[in-house]
Amino acid sequence: MTPKKDNSNTAGRPNDVNPQKYDVGYMQRTRDFYSAQGYSNHYQWAKNTDTPFTTLQKPLEDCRVAVITTAMPDSEQGRARRDVYPLPSRPYPNSMYTAELSWHKNVTHTDDTGSFLPLRALDEAAGKGIVGELCERFYTVPTDYSQRNTTEIDAPHLLKLCREDKVDIALLVPL
Amino acid sequence: MSLVARHLEANGIPTLIIGSAIDIVEHARVPRYLHVDFPLGNPCGRPYDRAMQKEILVHALGWFTDASEKQWLARSPVEWSHDQSWRDDYSRVDDSNREELRQRGEARRRQQEQAKRSGAERSGMISEA
Repeated sequence: MTPKKDNSNTAGRPNDVNPQKYDVGYMQRTRDFYSAQGYSNHYQWAKNTDTPFTTLQKPLEDCRVAVITTAMPDSEQGRARRDVYPLPSRPYPNSMYTAELSWHKNVTHTDDTGSFLPLRALDEAAGKGIVGELCERFYTVPTDYSQRNTTEIDAPHLLKLCREDKVDIALLVPL
Repeated sequence: MSLVARHLEANGIPTLIIGSAIDIVEHARVPRYLHVDFPLGNPCGRPYDRAMQKEILVHALGWFTDASEKQWLARSPVEWSHDQSWRDDYSRVDDSNREELRQRGEARRRQQEQAKRSGAERSGMISEA
């Protein structure tokens, strides 16, 4: 019997019959997914071969850490307008608005904010002296189709917030 | 998010990304990255698994100091599950959903057209998977 041809999109998948592990090719999968919906003008992911790099200016145990997430505040404003919002780190938010983001909705959920927003874990690390402290505020940033909005509006806004809050290092967590 | 990391870093603030989409981050090249090989949505650990969330965070903090311009990418040893089928499932397109996706695209374009007419300022990049 001839095996049935698999004509699904499984970018990243090796040609093994039953691969145990492989890195999912998210860019190709997304392009395939949107092509199937009739879109041809695909998102252009940023491409670089090198990066700016700044060494830590002080020991980790003295650093104030900021968290930046792609989730939005679970509020009327956050649901209506995806934007850079500074929000209080404590009390830890019980929920964040993630419905508009692209994550693996068939296999997991985002009901536990600790699974994508490491505020409690950072407070615990600070309590053990691994880092100095968690910044009083964390920040949101929208995933935007326009790279220009990100580089010219959101990133400078986040830099301003980090400076206001005297942030030493930033932990960025895209969903 | 990669663009934000690069901007902060260029302006003197060291950054580290914890994420689960390694191809996107390698493409963009960021200063420091900890890869958590999980379905998208829970890069800081399995929901309600505080011990795992702590383990991933402590690994990330260590990588802040251990990473260098050449050694910028680390992989967390945590595993999502023994069953690896989630990898094939993401944004899957096959004969079972091609027609549904085509219709969804048409509906979405109508919505976007409407949003444009009503003056929405920014369009989202991805809203479903």
